[in-house]
Amino acid sequence: MIAIEVRNARKTFKAGKRTVVAVDDVSLSVPEGGVMGIVGESGCGKSTLARLVLGLLPADSGDIAIDGQRLADLDRKARARLIQPVFQDPFASLNPLARVRDIVAMPLVAQGRFGKADITKTVQEMLARVGLGKEMGGRLPSELSGGQRQRVAIARALVLRPRIVVCDEPTSALDVSVQAQILNLLAELRRDLGLTYLFISHNLAVVEHVASEVAVMYLGRLVEREPTETLFAAPEHPYTKALLASVLTPEPGLGVPDVGLGDTLPDPANIPPGCRFHPRCPIAEPRCATTTPPLKPRPNGGVECLLA
Amino acid sequence: MTALLEIEKLEVTFGRTAAVRGASLAVAPGETHCLVGESGCGKSVTALSVMNLLVRNARRRAERLAFQGEDLLKLSDSGMARLRGNAMAMIFQEPMTSLNPAYTVGSQMTEVLRRHKRASQRAATDRAADLLARVGITAPGMRLGQFPHQLSGGLRQRVMIAMALMCDPQLLIADEPTTALDVTVQAQILRLLAGLQRDLGLGLLLITHDLGIVARVATRVSVMYAGEVVESAPTAELFANPRHPYTQGLLRCVPVPGKIRRDQPLGAIPGTVPRVGPDFEGCAFRERCDFADETCKHAIPRHHASTAHDFLCRLPA
Repeated sequence: MIAIEVRNARKTFKAGKRTVVAVDDVSLSVPEGGVMGIVGESGCGKSTLARLVLGLLPADSGDIAIDGQRLADLDRKARARLIQPVFQDPFASLNPLARVRDIVAMPLVAQGRFGKADITKTVQEMLARVGLGKEMGGRLPSELSGGQRQRVAIARALVLRPRIVVCDEPTSALDVSVQAQILNLLAELRRDLGLTYLFISHNLAVVEHVASEVAVMYLGRLVEREPTETLFAAPEHPYTKALLASVLTPEPGLGVPDVGLGDTLPDPANIPPGCRFHPRCPIAEPRCATTTPPLKPRPNGGVECLLA
Repeated sequence: MTALLEIEKLEVTFGRTAAVRGASLAVAPGETHCLVGESGCGKSVTALSVMNLLVRNARRRAERLAFQGEDLLKLSDSGMARLRGNAMAMIFQEPMTSLNPAYTVGSQMTEVLRRHKRASQRAATDRAADLLARVGITAPGMRLGQFPHQLSGGLRQRVMIAMALMCDPQLLIADEPTTALDVTVQAQILRLLAGLQRDLGLGLLLITHDLGIVARVATRVSVMYAGEVVESAPTAELFANPRHPYTQGLLRCVPVPGKIRRDQPLGAIPGTVPRVGPDFEGCAFRERCDFADETCKHAIPRHHASTAHDFLCRLPA
């Protein structure tokens, strides 16, 4: 069973006279129970892709299906029962004036078909499940630590028992010790509830730990996609290699690697011809500036590079 | 070698909250000293104390706070202003909020030099262009005329670094200089800092919560927890032989590619950092520590694991 199926999705934004192609003909599928990690630099389109999958933004073209149903055929309530988000900054994503129990109850209330007693009981169970004590229900977000706030966001995402959760940088705002707690919680919940995750992060070490499969995005395109072990052991795309080289593991004496990407940062409103990575690519050849690399399929993934 | 910066028993309180509680550390010329710990542990407050940039309601006390042997506690405001941005400079985390959006890069950069060294506008502009090139910015002449919002995050942070170097500082304090940046840009900025530090012989006090950065750039590491330096050691020694249970816990929390299987949980430290008052006694980590017992409620001895490696824990060396 395929939990998330994205086919040729494209999304552009108009910024004045410029058109920004945020997601450019992206296809991917995530099997039920899988964790698809999406990595890339800021502005590569990973959060836009997340919003497309969540149905928070309409795609310009292409098809997106979740749990076997076309996103376009689902109304808001049905969608909310299938897929839910957890965002990066739990300060911004939680209503500062609402109590924790009301925040977590909101998705149930919005469905409009659960009784009050039912809602109270479900919320209580969910709070316990994410490791928040009973007394937390009466608190305001401002009275919680960053880790506790993220637990509230997770409880709210899961209270309708969705099949799929889109995690957009869920631990980027947290300290390492709290990040570890939240990652462990997410892993435990996925196992126990049979969830599928789309897991977006710029931290490759985190992605390696949680994802079963990784897709690398560059300027709106998926340039490489492989099972996690393959991608980390034998990356093919020069951009994937550069990203992996920039991971600073806590190993003294290795120094800071030379990533070799140069200073020119990509501009999503001005995508280079040929391979869009060629201006920064350390191994680019003349043909890379003119020929668009086709997708080269691999046994369990694929790569878009002329030289791979 | 005499230390460039000496901090002994620094205490900073905000009303009834103690942000720094008796922290000591020293930075030698040419050394990168990393101050590591979680949010709220007092790292930034320590840095701001050195620069005397604390908010008004903060109280700063120390047995010694000296820069190149000069007592910073006795220095007047104008004396501090003479040092700040001059012999000691600071780089902050978010370059967008620390650069003035209303002035061009050029005018902000040259101001420092004109003020401290009474340089002419012409000479200051030349120096600014020079330093922008040095921090890897192409077309520095054009960048000088631009406003901060016209630059990417990585470029802004380079501008901040170049600005900090305008007056040839001996000490550079960098507070989470790469936290807001992409990993690829982070690696470039850290390489740049390490190179400049080597070439110019700067003393660098680098504040970070990222143990990966610490491992790769630090000569020496001090781990802070709830306002105290709980462990301090040369980098290789700290990672090979962490002695404080908090340091050990922190190192277990970091996912390292290829080291921990996906179906296994990461090591986590349960609970959160406590907020403590000035009268707090004993080990502040005891509520989260696996090894805590009754003795942890009382004064904790500082042990030496080696001459350069000490830690604050009841457990013996």
